[in-house]
Amino acid sequence: MTQFIIRRLLQSIPTLIGASIIIFLIFAMAPGDYVTSQLQNPKMTEERAAQLRALYGLDKPLPQRYISWASGVLKGDLGDSLLFKKPVVRVINDFIWNSFILGVAIMFFEWLIASIIGIYSAIRQYSVFDTIATLLVFILYSLPSFFLGLVMLKVFAVDLKWFPLGGMITTGSNYTGWAHIVDVSKHMVLPVATLTLISVGGLSRYFRANMLEVIKQDYIRTARAKGLKERTVIFKHALRNALLPLITLFTLELPSLFAGAMITERIFNWPGIGKVVLEGIYIRDYPLFLGYTMLITVLTILANILADVLYGVADPRVRLK
Amino acid sequence: MAKNLVEFRNLKTFFYTEEGVVKAVNDVSFSIREGETVCIVGESGCGKSVTALSLMRLIQSPPGKIEGGEIIFDGRDILKLSEAEMRRIRGNEIGMIFQEPMTSLNPVLTIGEQIMEPLMVHKLMTKKEAWNKAIELIKQVGIPRAEQIMTSYPHELSGGMRQRIMIAIALSCDPKLLIADEPTTALDVTIQAQILDLLRKIKQERNMALMLITHDLGIVAEIADYVVVMYAGKVIEEAPVRELFKNPKHPYTRGLLKAKPIIGQRQERLYTIPGQVPNPIGLGDYCYFSDRCEYAMDICRQKIPQLAADENGHKVACWLYEGEWKK
Amino acid sequence: MDQVNVNQPLDYKKKNNLKKAPSIWRDAFHRFLKNKYAILGLVILTFMFLFSFVGPYFSPYLDAKIDVSKGNQPPSAEHWLGTDNLGRDVLLRLMLAGRISLTIGIAATLIIVLIGGMLGSIAGYYGGWLDVIIMRLADIIYAMPGLPILIMLGAIMSDLKIPPPQRIYYVMFILGFISWVGLARLIRSQILSLKEQEFMLATEVLGLRDSKKIIKHLFPNVLPTVIVSATLGVAGAILSESALSFLGLGVIPPTPSWGYMLSAANNMIDFAKRPWLWIPPGVAIMLTVVAINFIGDALRDAFDPRQKI
Repeated sequence: MTQFIIRRLLQSIPTLIGASIIIFLIFAMAPGDYVTSQLQNPKMTEERAAQLRALYGLDKPLPQRYISWASGVLKGDLGDSLLFKKPVVRVINDFIWNSFILGVAIMFFEWLIASIIGIYSAIRQYSVFDTIATLLVFILYSLPSFFLGLVMLKVFAVDLKWFPLGGMITTGSNYTGWAHIVDVSKHMVLPVATLTLISVGGLSRYFRANMLEVIKQDYIRTARAKGLKERTVIFKHALRNALLPLITLFTLELPSLFAGAMITERIFNWPGIGKVVLEGIYIRDYPLFLGYTMLITVLTILANILADVLYGVADPRVRLK
Repeated sequence: MAKNLVEFRNLKTFFYTEEGVVKAVNDVSFSIREGETVCIVGESGCGKSVTALSLMRLIQSPPGKIEGGEIIFDGRDILKLSEAEMRRIRGNEIGMIFQEPMTSLNPVLTIGEQIMEPLMVHKLMTKKEAWNKAIELIKQVGIPRAEQIMTSYPHELSGGMRQRIMIAIALSCDPKLLIADEPTTALDVTIQAQILDLLRKIKQERNMALMLITHDLGIVAEIADYVVVMYAGKVIEEAPVRELFKNPKHPYTRGLLKAKPIIGQRQERLYTIPGQVPNPIGLGDYCYFSDRCEYAMDICRQKIPQLAADENGHKVACWLYEGEWKK
Repeated sequence: MDQVNVNQPLDYKKKNNLKKAPSIWRDAFHRFLKNKYAILGLVILTFMFLFSFVGPYFSPYLDAKIDVSKGNQPPSAEHWLGTDNLGRDVLLRLMLAGRISLTIGIAATLIIVLIGGMLGSIAGYYGGWLDVIIMRLADIIYAMPGLPILIMLGAIMSDLKIPPPQRIYYVMFILGFISWVGLARLIRSQILSLKEQEFMLATEVLGLRDSKKIIKHLFPNVLPTVIVSATLGVAGAILSESALSFLGLGVIPPTPSWGYMLSAANNMIDFAKRPWLWIPPGVAIMLTVVAINFIGDALRDAFDPRQKI
């Protein structure tokens, strides 16, 4: 098992390097940089701009910039954010946990609701529940997430005023302890609801499809022929098999806990890493963007390896010897 | 004379599909006595499996439905039992094994778990008791190293071994009847012989009735006490095994026997019954075999012949014998 | 009739009431048409196409000049969806935007199918180091987060001052280049398993050329997957483009786009007080994507009823 993990980690190194090169090149393609975007500022003169460039190392040739950046990454130094004037690592750390809270809530509700709907739809195929659920699900995953977010905001925050308009805490407030938790939770409702609704659809179809596939199998017929209770047949025999591919899906979704939903966070003004990075793009804060993208890439690669490992643990047929 | 364990009376099981109604089992009646081996023979699609599944009430509904008749098992009408009562019979008083051992076992549970399940559910054994009984069963079906097998997974066993495990599971609660739906079709011939031997041995030891479904007449000759021949959802002939092979009456049975090549006998061409099994949808009220039958008469295409018996207990449904025998 | 009847009489089929053997395409077609959602999807999609491409000709405002004084009017009898801040009829803008969004969606998908199909087939068929390189590339692209990169590319486009009409094409290509991985992997694994099947061995024995094997034998078997994937891909492309344009980094004015129309919601006043500006484009996107999803799902069921969900 350890051998497998080590092998995969080694295999992912070229992938990582390749990704870093591509990402870096994309940014290098841009004619403007942070300094250019600051040229609007009347205080900025050409001279000063040149100085700043030298300071930020923006005037060196491309491969050199890559090497210096990459070696920095390896040492854990992602450079400094131009927007925040702080090390990128610190910036990420400041905001990523806000995204994490949202992410955890979303994943929790998403998987809970999707599993219930999906499994129930499969057991009661073609029932009224199934038909309605299918229709709702289709509509939900056809909506752009930001549109749903906007609608939710309009209906629940602007018109009905049930929930706050955005942000993570009530502005100007100073809650601590339980009051703070309640305040944050109130602010979380709409963004969590939005993203949960968007993702529940696809996931529940997955559950449904897997369950349906498994229920048709011969070994389910055998289980019934043994005189087992239907509940046992479904939950012990069918579900265990149906869940296997879903373990992979779950693991691959884990990086999203840290990625932060860029557009949704922006709409709800949630101080997460997604919103911050988005703002960074608008002013061409490359270090921040590079750092963030590399982080997500690394997490994705790790998640892939983890998914394979977990699948081996769960499915005895694939168990890595 | 042992009494009847199972009695099918005018069983009708239909499947409602997009293209029409398939009368998979169309007014089938026969019996199985205690300790007797009855083989149900016929081509694919003639309704043999559906008959067995109807007895177990494992018909997928939709699209299938048991539309009529009675199935008397041990004095009770199966079709009138509640689901809970039925569950107590399945795996407990009636065991069933299926055709595809490769897919009939749950791939993510150990063999041990799967054998222990019916023991714990029906016989209310503790885990330890069930474990020991399971090991005993594994040995009984002729698999060595039972302890190791208990913690193995299905994919680690060969097809023959898996089928033996299936038999072990089916036997675990000492059922009065074992239904075997083409148990050897998916296995090599040598393994086939071993499985048949095993079934025969078990049957004798426990005086258990065996309902064996097959399309292979060789197996029938080996193991059957009584034979029921089905065609297109109906029983067209039934007799004690010797009688059937010596005196096949129905043209279809005759054709089946003729089609089996005999070792040592030279043949230019293998015989096949001409034509094909009719489309099961929309069959009318006439003899279903008539358009393939070389002895077909006018009446065959107009009315359905009923099963009639002779003194030897040999029954056949064919206009050729109408009038000869009493119903 | 004791001998075997190897040569069945010529009217055997008719006598036994056999229908013409259905091809998988005919089968799939019939199954597709039986699906209620599919029909609904087709109807909606056709409507959206007509709405976008033909609709404008029915609008009295097609050649209207910009008249700011008529700006920001709520829906009325003259302007069914009201007007935007430049006095333009929102309904008309919706139609024109539809042209762009639909076109980009389809074009991007075509690119995905081309790139993904080609690379997937080559990787699957030829194997070896070609396979390794292509799959490596796929892994790399797959590991990178899509949306941030898309957004970054959008920002770069703005910096490069690419004129709006050309941006459309750039957006198409970018969407295509980012998203081909899924299809490529799918096709590759299909070809890998098809290659092992006996009919391919038969073509080898027959001595067929590579190209013939690929085009005549492998390709038709892979086509259903490609069709389903492409259909659902259009939905994805439309959603991606609308996200980009919403952020102002995709298609930008004067080119209309549903995504851009949605960005009116970024303005607090428009958001709260003028929903007619941003709700219709959202609904339009939703309808189009729902329709495509219905169709794609139905296609999947039609081609493989065993997998019918």
